[in-house]
Amino acid sequence: MSNIKYILGSFGDPDEMMHGIDKLQENNISIFDVYTPMPIHGIEAKLGIKRSRIDIAAFCFGITGTCAAFALIYFCAVIDWKVNIGGKPSFAFPDFIPIMFELTVLFCAFGMVLTYYASTHLFPGRAPRVMDLRATNDRFVIAIDAKENVAHLEIDSLLKGAGALEVKYNERKYISYE
Amino acid sequence: MSGHNESILREPLITGDNITYAKITDDILGPVENKPNKAWWIGFTFASLGALLWVCAVSYTFWTGIGAWGLNKTVGWAWDITGFVWWVGIGHAGTLISAVLLLFRQNWRNSINRSAEAMTIFAVICAATYVVSHMGRPWLAYWVLPLPNQFGSLWVNFNSPLVWDMFAISTYFSVSLLFWYTGLLPDIATIRDRATGMRKKIYTIFSFGWTGSVKTWQRFEAVSLILAGIATPLVLSVHTIVSMDFATSVIPGWHTTIFPPYFVAGAIFSGFAMVQTLLLVARKVLGLENYITMFHIESMNKIILLTGSIVGVAYLTEFFIAWYSGSEYEQYTFLNRFIGPYWWAGCMMYGCNVLMTQLMWFKKIRTNIRLSWCLSIVVNIGMWFERFVIIVLSLHRDYLPSSWAMFYPTWVDVSVFVGSIGLFFTLFLLFLRVLPSIAIAEVKLLLKTSSEQAKMQQIKSGHENKEYVAEYIESLEKFDSVKQEDYAKL
Repeated sequence: MSNIKYILGSFGDPDEMMHGIDKLQENNISIFDVYTPMPIHGIEAKLGIKRSRIDIAAFCFGITGTCAAFALIYFCAVIDWKVNIGGKPSFAFPDFIPIMFELTVLFCAFGMVLTYYASTHLFPGRAPRVMDLRATNDRFVIAIDAKENVAHLEIDSLLKGAGALEVKYNERKYISYE
Repeated sequence: MSGHNESILREPLITGDNITYAKITDDILGPVENKPNKAWWIGFTFASLGALLWVCAVSYTFWTGIGAWGLNKTVGWAWDITGFVWWVGIGHAGTLISAVLLLFRQNWRNSINRSAEAMTIFAVICAATYVVSHMGRPWLAYWVLPLPNQFGSLWVNFNSPLVWDMFAISTYFSVSLLFWYTGLLPDIATIRDRATGMRKKIYTIFSFGWTGSVKTWQRFEAVSLILAGIATPLVLSVHTIVSMDFATSVIPGWHTTIFPPYFVAGAIFSGFAMVQTLLLVARKVLGLENYITMFHIESMNKIILLTGSIVGVAYLTEFFIAWYSGSEYEQYTFLNRFIGPYWWAGCMMYGCNVLMTQLMWFKKIRTNIRLSWCLSIVVNIGMWFERFVIIVLSLHRDYLPSSWAMFYPTWVDVSVFVGSIGLFFTLFLLFLRVLPSIAIAEVKLLLKTSSEQAKMQQIKSGHENKEYVAEYIESLEKFDSVKQEDYAKL
């Protein structure tokens, strides 16, 4: 029993899994993480996960793009080399708008997605830290740290009572390293 | 998540019984995990021959210069820009489906967004190659970028719509690619966790280590929504700027303020037609009838009808304004579309885009797969002619009758165009082999609320209004993937 690192409750249905989370929380069993093949709405509130602040990052990147575009065009077309087009003013702001808009979108999209990759540790070639290979297919998996929560039999019966199809006892944290 | 049932009046988005989460994965990954069938090989052979033709024709253009094309001193822009605008327009449907329909919470987009976005990326690649090859000296293509240089520095002209277009197209391509790839991560992880050996290694690299934990999904959803929010104005801006390439000039037929909305509607129109062309075949060949249902086909046909009619109104407005302007050059350009030597191109444009799409008012035609496919091809042809008419017909008879000319394409013009279609299909067919053609995770979201089997349970529970149930069953008659006999008993 002592070699067990993680207990996984594998559910076939998202509603049953949510029920399982409720049951575990009622019995003061802490949940390490939940792995699902699709986003589950309302799970963050249940697990007490704070809202994502990525929208703030997106806004900041977007504004940076707007300012960068304006600075670039203003420097090139107004300060560094004025082109005389029929004597019209070089600071033709309406003409700046399309590029300012495009660079706002470009900076916002790349900044936000790269922030997402960095904060979630997603990058090409990263070894996947997967606890159950079916969690990306048809199973909704609740992972419980077996060292912190020692009442293994209770966890087992709670998970099965909530409708878990399978309860696994993993001696390694991530099976995908094999 | 499925605490409440969806209204019985809504048509199902997934048909068939005994659909489980595992079956969704198996069905969608079928083409990726198994050897390709004969239909794929036949398609791929033709497409790759087309792509080869494209490589030869573009190389020949690079080697000899654009004198290889049929351009002359009067018609200085012809099939190149026609092809460019055609391809960019086709690309727009993908972003529309993935972004605009996400913001409007149209759940039916979940099963068609992935392949439509892939189509966007491949179409923009085809469009970009036209831009580069029509420059004449493509090795100087970087001159469109505002880079410090030895000429002054002499910067690009930021007042020029062509420079705006460079920024718009490159932003559009890279943001679409980012949106598409981020959406693909969970599905690549699904392939990875089912694969073995070398395949597993490759998909591990491309899955970026996706696990599907709570925080990953939470951020994923936030990122998707914001990307949709910024991609929506982006897609509108891109074709607006493409139309400004023409609208800011003083050529009769181009110099119109209606161009931006008119081009955007036309882009969505042609893009949905191309999605229809691809998916009607793909759903049959790949056996995805349960996920891309008659409801999806009919919805897309309705969008084609709407945008086709908007384009029709734009055409009428153009004629009215040409007459109302009192400018004889403007009036002549529009008359010339019917009485000039290119009258047949004008007829193709107005006939295919406006008259033929009006057939979509009939439900029998909207829900007929063969007819829908034929009409989607008609729209594609019509939209190509629209660009040809706008570009070549405005140029070929300019202000000085002594310089009037006709445009005759050379074999290189034709090969670049036919070849670009081959390139597009080659990329699309390869995509079907290596990546899931439907967003697996997003379709799974629909299973418990919007599937036929969930609705069947609702009916069987007996709590539904009888009239509504009758209406629902009636709406199922058009589905080719629903077993009608199951409902005869009810």
